Amino acid sequence: MSVMRPAGEFDTSYKYDMATIRRKWQWWLLLVLLLALYSLPFYASQSVVALVNRIAITIIAVQGLNILTGYTGQISLGQAAFMMTGGYISALLVNNFGFSFIISLPMAALGAGIIGLIFGLPSLRVKGFYLTMATLAAQFILPWITRNTFPEILNGAQGLNVQTPVLFGLDFNTPQKYLLLSLTVLVISTIIVHNISHSRLGRAFVAIRDHDLAAELLGVNLFKYKLEAFFLAAVFAGAAGALSAHNIRHINSETFNLIDSVMFLGMLVIGGLGANMGPIFGAIVVELLIEFATLFGPFFIGYFPSTAAGAVQALRPLFFGATLMLFLIFEPKGLAHRWQLIKAAWRLRPFSH
Amino acid sequence: MNWQLLPQFAVTGLLAGGPLALTALGLVLIFKSTYIFNFAQGQMLMMGALVTWWLAVELGLPLWLAIILALFLSALLGLVIERFALRPMTGQPLLSIILMTLGLSQVLHGLALLIFGGVQRNFPQIFSVADPYKITTSFLNANGDQITIILKQNLVWSFVIAILGVLVISAFFRFTKIGLSMRGASEDHELAQSVGLRIHRIFGISWALAGVVATMGGILLATSSGLDLSLSVVVLAAFPVVLLGGLESIPGTIVGGLLIGLSQGLVSVSKVPLIRNMSEIMPYVVLMIILLIRPEGLFGQKRIERI
Repeated sequence: MSVMRPAGEFDTSYKYDMATIRRKWQWWLLLVLLLALYSLPFYASQSVVALVNRIAITIIAVQGLNILTGYTGQISLGQAAFMMTGGYISALLVNNFGFSFIISLPMAALGAGIIGLIFGLPSLRVKGFYLTMATLAAQFILPWITRNTFPEILNGAQGLNVQTPVLFGLDFNTPQKYLLLSLTVLVISTIIVHNISHSRLGRAFVAIRDHDLAAELLGVNLFKYKLEAFFLAAVFAGAAGALSAHNIRHINSETFNLIDSVMFLGMLVIGGLGANMGPIFGAIVVELLIEFATLFGPFFIGYFPSTAAGAVQALRPLFFGATLMLFLIFEPKGLAHRWQLIKAAWRLRPFSH
Repeated sequence: MNWQLLPQFAVTGLLAGGPLALTALGLVLIFKSTYIFNFAQGQMLMMGALVTWWLAVELGLPLWLAIILALFLSALLGLVIERFALRPMTGQPLLSIILMTLGLSQVLHGLALLIFGGVQRNFPQIFSVADPYKITTSFLNANGDQITIILKQNLVWSFVIAILGVLVISAFFRFTKIGLSMRGASEDHELAQSVGLRIHRIFGISWALAGVVATMGGILLATSSGLDLSLSVVVLAAFPVVLLGGLESIPGTIVGGLLIGLSQGLVSVSKVPLIRNMSEIMPYVVLMIILLIRPEGLFGQKRIERI
């Protein structure tokens, strides 16, 4: 798709050939988009800002999963557990040791990454759903550890209250202020993901996904790259978890559960596997869908009296599951692929191909 | 270790492994013939138990009729799932198929919550609770008395039914024509089709059977632990059972179920609270060890890959 260029546009240098942003107006568009996002608190209501916060944090987690599942092809059901790990690490560092958030965030990412490495170890021997099972084990063992070990630090099943981050004398205690933080991390993580996917590392990941044995015979070190993928996925999850914990201001073993891990995988498929736009599209669509379920839940109570208060909890998995299944059947390549098709059609207009 | 409690907990753990084995059997059934790992098995199990409850309590049917009707309905549900969710997925990559069953599990969970609500229910008792079986052992406790092991009737009968179910299904796979064709289909879908097996019918039958097995498991579990939406969580402990026994092995599910149940029982004997609490994640600890040491499980087939 990427070679569909308008007539008269030629790649005159290697640099120009590889560039993601090729035209001046694209830079302007990006700048306007970022400005619009950063200035959201000035014209949008608090609930909208809070939703954008949540979406931004979710996108970061799904970007990590995209590296592992989308590029490397290792299916993981443990992303939420790694988020929880990051959240706990950052919460402990800020609460107990008075670390600044700017230090605790990378530490949380790194710590989650190391835990991710441990649960990535079985990937050397097993693949497919065997590996899915190993990551599922992370989803059970890690929350259990927070519930049952070190009760004086981790506070058991009650979890921890997390302080709001204070950076440069500014207390990020409202959604409006927090937006600055989450958007900045999102921009950084997007740049990192983009660079990974366009480097030797990203190409090695894709080779492993397409055929791991063939990749190994061609000299791709499976051991090294699979573990790197697990590490990177958990690093992104850790950063997202830290951001989320300080945003909700509370964390316990139930904050990030198996359903969240399933949701992240679903977002990835709905958005588009192995595409950099995939996590962004997927997270936005699914979060909006859940918001929709929350808004329209009360209308359904009349039809299903036995659920009463539970209608919202029932509609969320129902909407999500149904959307996921429909996407798998009718649009298995996700929204990112559809976006490419639309762009190509626009460039080739008025011809069909 | 609390040695006096050991025999009791070991036996209770073993008995708890029976329903686990039955649940695992549903997973292996689908895996063996269609090469799909069904993450929605737990929700199918929960749905089966809820439908049985609805027929028996809300509609007031006699229990045996309710169970038979529920088994029939769950076979139907299995057929519907196969036709509309999994058949379009034929030939799709593993991730799509896994996500399809995960999406299915979310839809079933949402539907159950919407229709039945999330309240805890009393399931009609099939076996009498009042008078448990007692076994007197030759072990002595601190006072010099003989230790008596108490066995709840419902646990014993669930165990017996579960084991019987596994044996019947094994015989079905070995001796009947449909069972043999299912095994044939699992070897190679295209090859099986080219020698005249009707693949789609075989898949449909597998899913229907899996639905029936899931409902049986659901009913047995509901009689011993009560009925609400969290019933589906039991299946999460059945995944390790399947991997421990080997993904393709039906006898493996019995051995795996008993071993996992036993490991949970043994851990809960400990005097250290931390180790006692480990009984809930014991299946997953075993799973991690199995994956690292012997990924194909105890009785699974080791596959050799070629390019």
